[in-house]
Amino acid sequence: MKLKMGDRSNALKGHGRVMREHFGIRTTGEQYVIALAGNPNVGKSTVFNALTGLHQHTGNWPGKTVDNAQGTYLYRNKSFLLVDLPGTYSLLAHTVEEEIARDFICFGQLDATIVVLDATSLERNLNLALQVMEISSNVIVCVNLIDEAKKKKLSINFNELQKELGVPIVPTAARNGEGLQELQNAVFAMAVEKKKTWPKQVPYSEEVERAVCALLPKVEELGLARVINPKWLALRLLDSDVSFIETISRYAITQNQKTVALQQQGGELTQ
Amino acid sequence: MTTLNPMDPLLKIYSETESIRLSSGTPIADRVVTDIFAYTEKLANRVVLREDSVQTSWKDKIDKIVISRVFGYPLMLLLLGGVFWITIAGANVPSEMIANVLFAFQDVLTQWFQLVQAPAWLHGVLVLGMYRTLAWVVAVMLPPMAIFFPLFTLLEDLGFLPRVAFNLDNMFKKAKACGKQCLTMCMGFGCNAAGVVSARIIDSPRERLIAILTNNFVPCNGRFPTLIAIASIFMTSALVLSQSLLAAGMITLLVLLGVAVTFAVSWALSKTILKGEPSSMVLELPPYRKPKVGAVFYRSLIDRTIFVLRRALVVAAPAGALTWILANVYIGEVSVIAYIAGVLDPIAKAVGLDGFILMAFILGLPANEIVVPVLLMCYLATGQLTEFESLFELKKVLLANGWTWLTAFNTMLFALLHWPCATTLLSMYKETGSKKWTFMGFMIPTVIAFSVCFIIAQAAYLLGLA
Repeated sequence: MKLKMGDRSNALKGHGRVMREHFGIRTTGEQYVIALAGNPNVGKSTVFNALTGLHQHTGNWPGKTVDNAQGTYLYRNKSFLLVDLPGTYSLLAHTVEEEIARDFICFGQLDATIVVLDATSLERNLNLALQVMEISSNVIVCVNLIDEAKKKKLSINFNELQKELGVPIVPTAARNGEGLQELQNAVFAMAVEKKKTWPKQVPYSEEVERAVCALLPKVEELGLARVINPKWLALRLLDSDVSFIETISRYAITQNQKTVALQQQGGELTQ
Repeated sequence: MTTLNPMDPLLKIYSETESIRLSSGTPIADRVVTDIFAYTEKLANRVVLREDSVQTSWKDKIDKIVISRVFGYPLMLLLLGGVFWITIAGANVPSEMIANVLFAFQDVLTQWFQLVQAPAWLHGVLVLGMYRTLAWVVAVMLPPMAIFFPLFTLLEDLGFLPRVAFNLDNMFKKAKACGKQCLTMCMGFGCNAAGVVSARIIDSPRERLIAILTNNFVPCNGRFPTLIAIASIFMTSALVLSQSLLAAGMITLLVLLGVAVTFAVSWALSKTILKGEPSSMVLELPPYRKPKVGAVFYRSLIDRTIFVLRRALVVAAPAGALTWILANVYIGEVSVIAYIAGVLDPIAKAVGLDGFILMAFILGLPANEIVVPVLLMCYLATGQLTEFESLFELKKVLLANGWTWLTAFNTMLFALLHWPCATTLLSMYKETGSKKWTFMGFMIPTVIAFSVCFIIAQAAYLLGLA
């Protein structure tokens, strides 16, 4: 595959962003890529529309019959490309939609992933947020529909939630534009200012943790830590079917090779 | 894109983990999901304060019963049986009324034909062939459909179907199929062709094929009237009320048998030509809603009843004409129809049917709705009876042609299990894009129908029960 100028300049900066092409994502110049994940019917599209306005275009995910919406917005003179992922309940890839979401969060080299949750049913929605947090540390949790939660007389302790999850939490009511400013702030801080987060991990039962521990050394030997969280990979090796592993393998190894190649190339160019 | 390396280090580790995956009792995938959900529940409880947390809503209470392990299945059966009972008990009277009107009009038509001195063959093809078949299809099919569909749609609208899917998910998983197959199966009650198309909701190609190949084992509305008619006239009892109850029980049992065959075939396919593990799915139980009665009636009457009826009529008219011609063209001493029936008779007798029944099923390939009308026409063309105005008359016709309880029972079984109609086969071909799978979709039910009927017939003959 021939490299474009943009890729090379990115490579020089140490961003390994080549995989984005694979997902049909083309960024122009200095643009930050943000993914928007969430369960179906949580107002994900409302958030998407509220942020991007008319600057969006829709198509399909490459090779799939699943809709893909991308939009851009400017915030404090920085350009952001927002990618609306298909609504899914989990990332355990039982459906094409889950597969797309999982692959993109995993290998899309994202600057941030916003997970939109429904404030009226946090219990069901948190599941997805935790799964995204296992893959990526650049996660912002957007608790949407807080107006509906208020109507249903639910009060949510956001400080406590932020402490428990270890990632930025932004309460919103996207329909009324409430909290969108804060959401953009959080995205800016994470993507542009590279503010670090320490997402808490799901404590698994002893049996699972033991199996993961046994597997971890072997996974780390693969040397893929740069592109994929070893613990997550170990878990998937334990609970997935073989086709899932093949996909991960294809992405992970391709990306690893490319990142290495680009770094070498970058090195030559600077010499 | 790199090609897959069989020596892929990741795949190597994966195959090495096989032992860990299988060592523990519960699959590790389930443990992982359980752990995540346990953690989210804890988290949510800590951060969410419910002001009215004391009272659980009535909806939750209902769900406790509807999807409980103890009451779930009996309640489903009861509702299913109840729907059939209302259909059977309610369809009888309007059926008779419609038949009366339509057959009275047949006499008027005949008079008109005599007035203009039309040739006898024209009267035969148009009135005795086309019109009579149409009249039968309408009289036999319209009332049950007009009752069954609104009831079914009502349950659907209430939010009951997802609960059924929830209850049956475990069974499908045991059959190594996808839980969503329950929904395509329910669709099949309406129309198998629609059921086959709806299998698109299943993501795994393996499970989709299973759902497509087994959809035919639930009786569609084209076959319900056949089942209902035969069950109503052969499940006799002294009391009128208990008779319809018996018939409803019979239909429920048949549907259960169909579902059981669905599981068995799904399982067998998963173990042989479509090997694989079931994938799981997330099923959101929608809140119970007050059904919009007007919309329910509109949807079930216009969308389903009229649509299905129109299709039946379009097929029934030419089939009626064809049957009449076959019954009235003679080769030597025997009519074509009797000749064909004679050829089929040995096979048919072996499975407890007779040649005419088997021929009616074959002629019914374009649409199952016409099986009973075609059968009647065959019998009537060879016999003497010309007037029949109720199901009771129908019974006389059948008994006069040598029907026993075994014939009735096996005809119902055959109707339940036999090959799909042409529309369904066409949908199968469109959905799978494969002649091979369409052929399988035809052969699996056919072989099962013949085998089951054969075993029952032979057992009955051996034991001297029929």
